[in-house]
Amino acid sequence: MVKELIQIRWHGRGGQGAKTAALLLADVVFSTGKYVQGFPEYGPERMGAPITAYNRISDNKIRVHSNIYEPDYVVVVDETLFEAVDVTKGLSNEGALIVNTARDIKEIKKYLNGYKGRVYTIDARRISMESLGKYFPNSPMLAAIVKVSGVMSDETFLSEMQQSFEHKFANKPAVIEGNMKALRMTLQEVS
Amino acid sequence: MSIRDRLSGNEAVAIAMRQINPDVMSAFPITPSTEIPHMFSTFIANGQVETEFIPVESEHSAMSAAIGAQAAGARSLTATSSCGLALMWEVLYVAASNRLPIAMALVNRTLSGPININCDHSDSMGARDSGWIQIYAENNQEVYDNFVQAYRIAEHPRVRLPIMICQDGFITSAAVENIELLKDGEVRKFVGEYCPDSYLLNGKQPLAVGPYAVSAYCMEAKRAQLEALKNAQQVTLAVAKEFAVLSGREYGLFEEYRLADADYAMVIIGSAAGTAKDAIDKLRTEGKKVGLLKIRLFRPFPGEEIANALQKAKVIACMDRTESFNAQCGPLGAEVKSALFNARLMPVVINYVYGLGGRDVTVESITSVFEDLIEIDQTNDAGDKYRYLSLRE
Repeated sequence: MVKELIQIRWHGRGGQGAKTAALLLADVVFSTGKYVQGFPEYGPERMGAPITAYNRISDNKIRVHSNIYEPDYVVVVDETLFEAVDVTKGLSNEGALIVNTARDIKEIKKYLNGYKGRVYTIDARRISMESLGKYFPNSPMLAAIVKVSGVMSDETFLSEMQQSFEHKFANKPAVIEGNMKALRMTLQEVS
Repeated sequence: MSIRDRLSGNEAVAIAMRQINPDVMSAFPITPSTEIPHMFSTFIANGQVETEFIPVESEHSAMSAAIGAQAAGARSLTATSSCGLALMWEVLYVAASNRLPIAMALVNRTLSGPININCDHSDSMGARDSGWIQIYAENNQEVYDNFVQAYRIAEHPRVRLPIMICQDGFITSAAVENIELLKDGEVRKFVGEYCPDSYLLNGKQPLAVGPYAVSAYCMEAKRAQLEALKNAQQVTLAVAKEFAVLSGREYGLFEEYRLADADYAMVIIGSAAGTAKDAIDKLRTEGKKVGLLKIRLFRPFPGEEIANALQKAKVIACMDRTESFNAQCGPLGAEVKSALFNARLMPVVINYVYGLGGRDVTVESITSVFEDLIEIDQTNDAGDKYRYLSLRE
């Protein structure tokens, strides 16, 4: 049973694409007929500064325009943020935390202030390098949040993303297959 | 039939502009409105519109170029924010007093300092007495709909004044949300062709724009300008009525939300209104009689209608997203209290300053305002009538 309103918080660093990932999630969930919000919260405008982005997903029209303080899910795009940001702040114990890391979950847990919910790790760098040959964490992180939150089925997600990439990378077909491979690898690895 | 889409507020405005296909856009980039000229110039480069784009070296020049183009007979527009609007200051008055129906997409951002890129209303509130029509939006849908209606109001023969279509910087301008778009042809037909009576490029009717007015005429010119601005109120309603037929979405001078029987009312502008609606629904389930009046048209200010809508409220919160530095009220507070006084209504009015420089507005912070109002009513003690919301101690 998926909740009526799902709230997601993304942590990344300026230039890494956490905002873009939040907007991509809004895009793909929109295609399932739901109401969506995807928005960034900016501090000082500079590369590398911690940035936060948010998603709300609902079956009803979304009117609230505040940041999200009690998310159901948190996605950490850059694990170096653990030392700067309390990523589990307000995070629901019924929800989950998704971290982009090559490290073992046990090592990650010491940064989580005793968070009692589910924790998932995904090595977006390895997946991205293997599928695209370059490090773009967006596609793996997007697939990870879709899988963990269950906002849509794997099949719907993949077919919507295929269409989206075909539109976005009309002139670069090689990138389409790489990104699709990154999505599929992530869907299989996250469990 | 509308087109279901998901867009940021900036994208929505850029698309409205493309659908209108105006004649001239002059603009200088500034956060958070940069995306609008950025996207629109892409439409121009792709041949999707026939608009002439004038890249200028400052906002003063952007407005000056829009004035020149509009006076020449071209439907013109620009987009800006914050210090960009401040730099247009001098020429905003020139656009209004010369009765040039330019449209401006204003993405509200605070004025420096401290330097900050986020939302408050200090930019447009500072320009409230420049003679422009001002219309505000709660979300991407409203800013799109308002922009589609803008030229119909501004260019109306009884109005002929420039119009500012405002939205909250980042909060709606950068947030992607669901939206219902009209078809290109529907918008183009609704807005129609721009056919000014008199314009500089009409060789058959020589014309002076912006000449000196001696003291014997200057005051009459201002009075005539006021009449045009007052007319904008009825025209705004008439255009909204036509727009509702086209879109199914209804607009007025302001929106009332659960206000009819409310003892405790909030008057607010912009994106925080949506957050307030969620707070109101929760408080209503607890039996609290709370309601909202959301300003749409701020210039001209529909004072009589607003006083009428608030006549049953016992305690009112006026929410100002700017500091007026007069030590007693903000611009919205001043307008609402003046309207109530003229209607001989004397409710307790508490003026809150909130959301400066992007300070977040939450369901909880809005709820605390209503709790204040209820307490004031129960204790019969208004306390400080000029307060700051969510201020860190």
